[in-house]
Amino acid sequence: MHTADAPDPTSGALGPILARADALYHDLTLSAVREHKEAHGAKAIGCLPIWAPRELVDAAGMLPVGLHGAGDRVEVIRGDAYFQSYICQIPRSTIEVALTGRYDLLDGFLFPAICDVIRNLSGMWKILFPGKLSRYVDVPQNFDPAVGGAFFARELRALAEDLSALSGRPVTDEALHASIARYDENRRAIGELMALRERAPHKATASESYLVIRAGDVLPVEEHTAFVRAYVAAAEASDRKPRDHTRVVVTGAFCEQPPLGLIRTLERAGTYIVWDDMTLGARWPEGDVEGEDPDPFVALARAYIARSPATASRYEPSGEKGVPLARLTHKSRAEGVIFAAPSFCDPALLDQPMLTGALDREGVPWTAFKYAENLGQFQVIREQAGTFADSIRLWSDR
Amino acid sequence: MTSEADAIQKEPSMLVQKAMIAEHYEKLAHAKELGKKVVYTFVPGNLTELMNAFDVLPVYPEINALSSAMRQKAGRYIAEAERLGHSEDVCTYVKCDIGMKRQGNVGPTGQPLPPPDLLLLSYTGCFTFMKWFELLREEYGCPVVMLHTPYQGDGEITDNMRRYVVEQLEREVIPAFERLTGTRYDEDRLKAAMAKSAQAEDDMVAVLESAKHRPSPIDAYFGGVYYIGPMFTAFRGTAGAAEYYAQLRREVGGRVASGEGPITPEGPMGEQRYRLVVEGPPNWTNFRELWRMFHEEGAVVVASSYTKVGGFYDQGFRHDASRPLESLADYCMGCYTNRSLPQRLDLLERYVRDYEADGLLINSVKSCNSFSAGQLLLLREIEKRTGRPAGFIETDLVDRRYFSAANVKNRIESYLQMIGEKRRSRGARGARGEEVRP
Repeated sequence: MHTADAPDPTSGALGPILARADALYHDLTLSAVREHKEAHGAKAIGCLPIWAPRELVDAAGMLPVGLHGAGDRVEVIRGDAYFQSYICQIPRSTIEVALTGRYDLLDGFLFPAICDVIRNLSGMWKILFPGKLSRYVDVPQNFDPAVGGAFFARELRALAEDLSALSGRPVTDEALHASIARYDENRRAIGELMALRERAPHKATASESYLVIRAGDVLPVEEHTAFVRAYVAAAEASDRKPRDHTRVVVTGAFCEQPPLGLIRTLERAGTYIVWDDMTLGARWPEGDVEGEDPDPFVALARAYIARSPATASRYEPSGEKGVPLARLTHKSRAEGVIFAAPSFCDPALLDQPMLTGALDREGVPWTAFKYAENLGQFQVIREQAGTFADSIRLWSDR
Repeated sequence: MTSEADAIQKEPSMLVQKAMIAEHYEKLAHAKELGKKVVYTFVPGNLTELMNAFDVLPVYPEINALSSAMRQKAGRYIAEAERLGHSEDVCTYVKCDIGMKRQGNVGPTGQPLPPPDLLLLSYTGCFTFMKWFELLREEYGCPVVMLHTPYQGDGEITDNMRRYVVEQLEREVIPAFERLTGTRYDEDRLKAAMAKSAQAEDDMVAVLESAKHRPSPIDAYFGGVYYIGPMFTAFRGTAGAAEYYAQLRREVGGRVASGEGPITPEGPMGEQRYRLVVEGPPNWTNFRELWRMFHEEGAVVVASSYTKVGGFYDQGFRHDASRPLESLADYCMGCYTNRSLPQRLDLLERYVRDYEADGLLINSVKSCNSFSAGQLLLLREIEKRTGRPAGFIETDLVDRRYFSAANVKNRIESYLQMIGEKRRSRGARGARGEEVRP
């Protein structure tokens, strides 16, 4: 339901774009993927957060499909039987959706190295779905291009061979260069959206941007690039007026996603989320891959090494934990940081004391709460975020 | 009056190990006077032979945490860490370690532990290790050298994985030790240590495999954590460890010959009514209490996955002095929690069959996602593959708040009753001449 303090999403050119994004987000049967497969005779590969090399999947002639659990859109029954109460929610809903047949149309799955739970989920997949390609994607935590970079490039080549065997189309250097170019363009488009959010968050709200980026989970990359740009143009052209909201960064949500209602709750509480780490998988590496190296596998690996964003699942070799977050907060002119981490998310929650320490040193206000992707009650969070936003508005030197 | 500590029964080799540990902590307490550099590192994928080749003293934070729990000090350390802002959801080893550091970093012998000169982040089989040492880097303000051990996601060690680890050893880890100690890398010293490791590993495997006998002369979980102690920590590759394992093997061999079971804290084990395989780490806050629950029911653990976290030797791996760095790489990648779920499943199935166990019991600990995520699937699959019942208890590593003695005892008793029922039903079917699956 539209509320008085939120922009009307149905107005003007934004209406149909957002309606489509919303429909894609809510469609757990992945109709768009099915239609693509039928139209092109292509296969599709599910990619869990964050570091899935979608370019390889695309270059093998298949559709990479972003998987982020099922949020609050399914009732988890069978999935709960596979995990103890102290394991986060995303593997439960992922298993639930798979066991109920909604991932049957996916021909393979990539599980990037982001934590022990997703790592072990990759093994569970091999046991539960032995007929599907299931690959753990180990990303280097050594950031020497000659060591970690070289390792990752060789891993990517091995993965490309598996993908090629599945699709029947070899991942040639030429094909991979072309895919990299498509994804570079996509990242530029998303960059334009993020820039608009930073410049005019009243025009491109976080919840809308989220839906628009999430559409890339199921759309072919070029179609998604055009979709993002259509939204940016429509949002830019809208006559939405700025409000006296507090600009914040939201971090900790790089894997299990907050329910859409929670993002909207933060907005209704009086914040403009000018940067967040939701959908980080669609935004790495930062900048173009093409040009990094003539060998496209090396280029992908080096781009990861040099320009993957600082996040809890990535070792910070410099020892400057929290500095990238503080820098990003200043750059985006955010007035505070909201730590929103899924319950039982070891990486995000273990990171938090280091990040809050860095913010304290910089004098950046912050608040923290935990959520689960199927959270249904937002009142407490609304009050907490509202108080946080109000306190900044009332007491800071803005 | 006799105190509980005095009344605890110990195997002779345990006393030898105790002396080894005491000597190590004594050295740590005087590291500065001895001119020794101190390196904190983790048990899985530890590079003990290499550290010894550089004459540095290792500290294992997990060992500090578990010994704090056994001494009932973990609770206040964890509370201290939570007061500092660490979430109640995260690994209690980490919180215990940070709380201990903040409260004086007093080790198990009552002497303060020296701060690290270097953190060797052997990132093997546990994502939390990475976060842990990022946190310790802030606590101590000391350098970190990362050794990223790739995970066996596809159930094998590839040439690329091995090459990556070796290159990190050559280009990162060894130079870091050279800078730290001011001494050149001496591969002959490393090779000599690895040869001693292999000798001790042979003896340790013989000890673990002795549980195939009936009665089992060892408990491969509660007793097993003592047997792996020297091998998994500061002593692998030393003459002391080689002698310890030779003695342990003789001791266990003696019990095999005389048909005796293990010595538990409650005394020698009597009738062994149940033979179990256990998956998952022990609970350390109530270690003796949990062991007693098994002892009282006549349940002996004949194989466990936990005794493979710091090295996986019973499937043939030995440290190989002829290819030292490659062998260290294989050692790191072979540790139990660095293996995929299907590999873990195959192993547990093999243990249940090879050790003629009545079933599998999983101790699922809240703190360890590396172990715990997927265990309920392991449970189902083991039952399906072996036809033998699997049981499930939930505790934590070092946080007493997650140990409910009544609940755990009830579950263990129910599980053992289930095994008993299964036996009776098999016996009845056998008596009727029906086919009986193992």
